[in-house]
Amino acid sequence: MSDTLTEQKPKSVKPPKQKKPASLWSDAWYDLRRSKVFIIAAVMIAVLVVMSIIPGLFSSVNAFDPTTCDLTKARQGVSAAHIFGTDNQGCDTYSRVIYGARISIMVGVFSTLVTTLIGGLLGLLAGFYGRWTDTILSRVAEIFFAIPSTLGALLILALVGRENAGIWTVVVALSVLAWPMVLRIMRAAVMSAKSQDYVLAARALGAGPGRLMGRHILPNALAPVIVVATMNMGVFIAAEAALSFLGVGIQSPDISWGLMIADARNRFLQAPEALLFPALFLSLTVLAFVMLGDAVRDALDPKLR
Amino acid sequence: MAPQGDPILEVRDLVKHFPLTQGIVMKRQIGAIKAVDGVSFDLRRGETLGVVGESGCGKSTLAKLLMALEKPTSGSVKVNGELVDVHKGSNLKRFRRNIQMVMQDPYTSLNPRMTVGDIIGEPYEIHTDVAPKGDRRKKVQDLLEVVGLNPDHINRYPHQFSGGQRQRIGIARGLALQPEIIICDEPVSALDVSIQAQVINLLERLQTEFGLAYIFIAHDLSVVRHISDRVAVMYLGKIVEIGKDTEIYDKPSHPYTQALLSAVPVPDPEGRESRERIILQGDPPSPANPPSGCRFRTRCWKAQEICAVEEPLLQIRPGTDHESACHFAEVHDVVHAS
Repeated sequence: MSDTLTEQKPKSVKPPKQKKPASLWSDAWYDLRRSKVFIIAAVMIAVLVVMSIIPGLFSSVNAFDPTTCDLTKARQGVSAAHIFGTDNQGCDTYSRVIYGARISIMVGVFSTLVTTLIGGLLGLLAGFYGRWTDTILSRVAEIFFAIPSTLGALLILALVGRENAGIWTVVVALSVLAWPMVLRIMRAAVMSAKSQDYVLAARALGAGPGRLMGRHILPNALAPVIVVATMNMGVFIAAEAALSFLGVGIQSPDISWGLMIADARNRFLQAPEALLFPALFLSLTVLAFVMLGDAVRDALDPKLR
Repeated sequence: MAPQGDPILEVRDLVKHFPLTQGIVMKRQIGAIKAVDGVSFDLRRGETLGVVGESGCGKSTLAKLLMALEKPTSGSVKVNGELVDVHKGSNLKRFRRNIQMVMQDPYTSLNPRMTVGDIIGEPYEIHTDVAPKGDRRKKVQDLLEVVGLNPDHINRYPHQFSGGQRQRIGIARGLALQPEIIICDEPVSALDVSIQAQVINLLERLQTEFGLAYIFIAHDLSVVRHISDRVAVMYLGKIVEIGKDTEIYDKPSHPYTQALLSAVPVPDPEGRESRERIILQGDPPSPANPPSGCRFRTRCWKAQEICAVEEPLLQIRPGTDHESACHFAEVHDVVHAS
C-alpha cells in the first residue's frame, strides 16, 4: 500500500494575473465600497463632520449668526430669509441646527473613543489572562452594567451640577456607564480568538503575551468592537440630546439639538419648525451611524448577515 | 534516514491529568481526566516515531506536552540530554528552537490577518539571534522554495492558498528555526488523499535533507506505516505496544493493536471476505475513571482475573521481539492472516 504513494512534484502555482495582495481588511473595504447603505451613510456623516468643523460653510447661505437673535421675529415660520423659521428668542433655526452639529458629533466621537479604548483594553486583558483578572474586571463591569445608562448619566450630571455641565462632563457621564458593554464584546471576541490554532502555534514558537495579544489576538478580535463602536456613536449622540433636553447636559449659550428641542417644546403648536428641524437632524445623524455600523458589520463578518 | 546515535528526545513517565472541579467559588477537585498517564519513549536523530490510537486516547495531549504547551502533572522530557523546565523562560526558549510543530488543520493554524511572509518570518522575530534583520526576507523565500511554494507569493494571505499549500506554509514555519525535532499532529488528516501523499513525501524529503526527527501522530494506520521507523500504539493515555514498524504491523502482540490492524481497509476485493476481522465490543471507558489493572480488559477477549488486578507493564514478553503491555501477549499476524 505504501508503494502507491509516489513523489509528485508540486506544481508551482502561477496566478493568472498579478493581483494586489488582498488582506481581510482590504476585502472588507472592497465590500464596503459596493454597499449602497455604506455610501449613503458615509455621505451623510461626511456632511455632518464638515458641518461640525466649519459650520460657516453652510450657514453662509443666509446672513444670520446663530447667536444674534431678534425677539421681534420670534417663532416665525419657514420663509426666504429664515429657511427653517425662527425660535422663541427669534434666532435663526437653520444657523442653530448647523452650529448644533458640532457638539453632537464631538460627544459621539469622544464618548466612543473613551469607551472603546477603556472597554477594549480591559476586555483584551480579561479575555487573555482569564482567571482572577477576568473575575475582577468582569464583576466590576457588571456593577456598572447594572445601572440603567440614561438614569445613571442623569444622576452623575445632577451631582456635577448645571453650572459645571458641558460637553466634557456629558462625555464622562456617558462613558462611565457604557464601557462595560465594549469590555464584554471584546472579552468574548478575545476568548474565541485565543483558542485558535494559530495562537497555539505562536505560543509554540515562544511568542510572549505582548506579541500574542498584539499580532494574533487583537487583529482577529477587533471586528465586533469596531461594529459596536460605530453604532454606539449614534447612541451617544441620541443620549446627549436626551440629557440636554432634560436640562442636565449641554447648557445655553452652547447650541445642542437636544437643547433646541427642549426650548421649542412648549410652543410647538405656534412654531413647529423650531422643534421639527433639530429633531430631523438628530434622527438622520443617529440613523447614519446605525446604518454605517450595519454596513461595516456586513463587510467585516459576512457570516452575521 | 537510518536512525542513529543517542536519543535526541527522552520522555519518561509523562503524566497529564486535567482536574475536574465542582462549585463556582469554592472549587474542589472531584476527579481528573487522565489524558496521558505514564508515557515513556525515546526518539533518535533522524528517526520517525508514529503514534496511533483512536480518538480521545491522548495523542494530541501528548503532542502539547512535548511542545511544552501544557504543563505535565509529572514526568520529564529531555532534549539532547537536557531536562526541559517549563517554568524557566530561557530554558524554554532554547528548547523551542529545537522542537517545533506542524498542526492538524491548515485552515485554522495560520493567522488570517498576516501575510505568508509574516507567518513564516515570525520565528525570526521571536528568536532574533537566528537571523539578522536584513536576511529574514531572503530566508523566508528560501523556506517557501524548500516546501515547494512560489517565493513570489510572500505577500499573499493564507486564504489565497489551497489546503495542501497552507499545510506547506505551516511546515515552512516549523522549519524556520532549523529544529531537530518536528511534532506532526495529524498533519494530513484534514487533506484530500492526493494532497496527503504530496505532503507526506515533502515531509520525507525534508527529513533526509535536514536530518529531522519526527513524532508523527495520526489515526490513519497506512500513512503511519509509510512514514514511520517505529510505531507506538496508545490506548486511554498509555502506550500499549511499541516497536519497529515491521514488528507492529506484521507481528502485533497486543490484542488492541491486532484489533486496530484488522480494521484497516484492504484495497483488494479478493481476500477481503476471508480475512480476519476483530470487532471490539463497547466503547472506550472514560479516561476520568479508567478500569483497574489493564485498561483494555473491559473490551478484551483474552481478559482474565489477573488483568483486573495487576497492571501489565510495557516490556518485552516471551515469544515477542518488542515491548507490549499485555499479560497474554502473543504474536498474531492479522493483516496477512487468511
